[in-house]
Amino acid sequence: MITLKINDLEVQVEQGTTLLEAARSLGFPIPTLCHMEGLSPYGACRLCVVEISRENTGSRLVTSCTYPVENDLIVKTASERVLKARRIIIELLLASSPQSKIIQDIAAEHGVRQQRFRQEYEDCILCGLCVRMCKEQMVAEAIGFQGRGDNRKIGTPFDTPADECRLCGGCMYVCPACQLRCTYTQPEKAICGGCANLQPPCVDKEKFDDMMCYMEPCVACEIIKEK
Amino acid sequence: MKRENIVNIVKKHHGKLGNVISILEDIQFQYRYLPEDALKIVAEETDKSIVDIYGVATFYKSFSLKPRGKHLISVCLGTACHVKGGPAVAKEFEKHLKIRTGETTKDNKFSLETVNCLGACALGPVVVADGHYFSKVKTSDVKMIIDRASKGIDKVYVKTDQRIFPIEVSCPRCNHGLMDQNYLIDGHPSIRLTTSFNRQHGWIRLSSLYGSFSVESEFKIPSDTLVHVFCPHCHQELTGTLECPECNSANMVPMIVRGGGIVQICPRRGCEGHMLDVTY
Repeated sequence: MITLKINDLEVQVEQGTTLLEAARSLGFPIPTLCHMEGLSPYGACRLCVVEISRENTGSRLVTSCTYPVENDLIVKTASERVLKARRIIIELLLASSPQSKIIQDIAAEHGVRQQRFRQEYEDCILCGLCVRMCKEQMVAEAIGFQGRGDNRKIGTPFDTPADECRLCGGCMYVCPACQLRCTYTQPEKAICGGCANLQPPCVDKEKFDDMMCYMEPCVACEIIKEK
Repeated sequence: MKRENIVNIVKKHHGKLGNVISILEDIQFQYRYLPEDALKIVAEETDKSIVDIYGVATFYKSFSLKPRGKHLISVCLGTACHVKGGPAVAKEFEKHLKIRTGETTKDNKFSLETVNCLGACALGPVVVADGHYFSKVKTSDVKMIIDRASKGIDKVYVKTDQRIFPIEVSCPRCNHGLMDQNYLIDGHPSIRLTTSFNRQHGWIRLSSLYGSFSVESEFKIPSDTLVHVFCPHCHQELTGTLECPECNSANMVPMIVRGGGIVQICPRRGCEGHMLDVTY
């Protein structure tokens, strides 16, 4: 067991837990975007920053979702510095994906009503949730990061439909930014496009018959039922 | 593209994912780009997903997924070159080659790319064509650079009816010329390399006549010794993936031939395995 102080409260937690898990189990709220139980922590969105220090040392900001608990650590989950950093991060997220309801809700919770950066309308914040979902939960590895810097994006290799993809829709289900957008009018851009093609594509993939599907409501399933 | 070829490259690097960059570098060196099928084979052989391999291949700018032209022109757009007029030079190249940056001409002759710094800021704007640096380039020089590159910088006249002809080679790693103009073998400038065997390091000079096996070296190399060959400029070991077809026990040493092509020689003393491939 490891003893540490979270918001002046001395607690004992098991070794190996992260600061985020420890703080949440005590009821201290920490906002997250790229964290999801069942997926490995990634530390991409930086929303979960907390301030850590020890006796006699200065404090610093770390992402609580990736930081394991340590003995004698003094953690502050809502200090002035943490809140200020978080607000800036929220502003940056709003600047890239203002249409996301999840980001809007987090902004509202933290009293961010305006952002001061150049407004863009991206539908991806590169949090990597979909990549981890595809790899760790669906064991498919159909999508991944590609490119670098400005050109970094998520997609399938060679931008062609991947054989590994079983069209489960898990990537869209976990996405905090794209919100299950329907791309009916541009089926070539959709991951599924099943409704537009009428012939449901997932039906052919029999080997994944009893795998779970995140597409709900799904036109493909309705078509099968009618048959 | 042969499957065994790619498999051999992967095997050379023990098929570990940690060596993906080295594997891709070797493939790019052989094919001048990364073919889609090659990446798929690498993924199969390393037991990793194609997503991961593709991620690495797209991350680094030195890898190209599209076939590159025979001649590669890189225009520096680092801070100093940018200030000194690099963008205008790049535009002029685009105009003359009728392609945009990052593209290849339809006849597969030229590829144009921009780089962010070549480390020769005082000489800006810098343009590199086929490994040759052009300094203080003006827009009026662009046509000359294209002409020289298309003719082949330091062109070699390959006489097909004669078995013995001189070639000029450069290092496949750093593209630095390997010719020693001051040391003649067979009446032609020699190819200078660094060798190491039995803990002895020294120079070795090869005849530049293709078909001649005249060699001079600092230390006497006993027959049948396998030597390691290094570039005297970048000090990288020159070793390829192709096995010597004569002795079947050594990997051939590749060198780039000016004017296009690759010459490969066997590093085993006494073995006369060598080949010239001008289709590159």
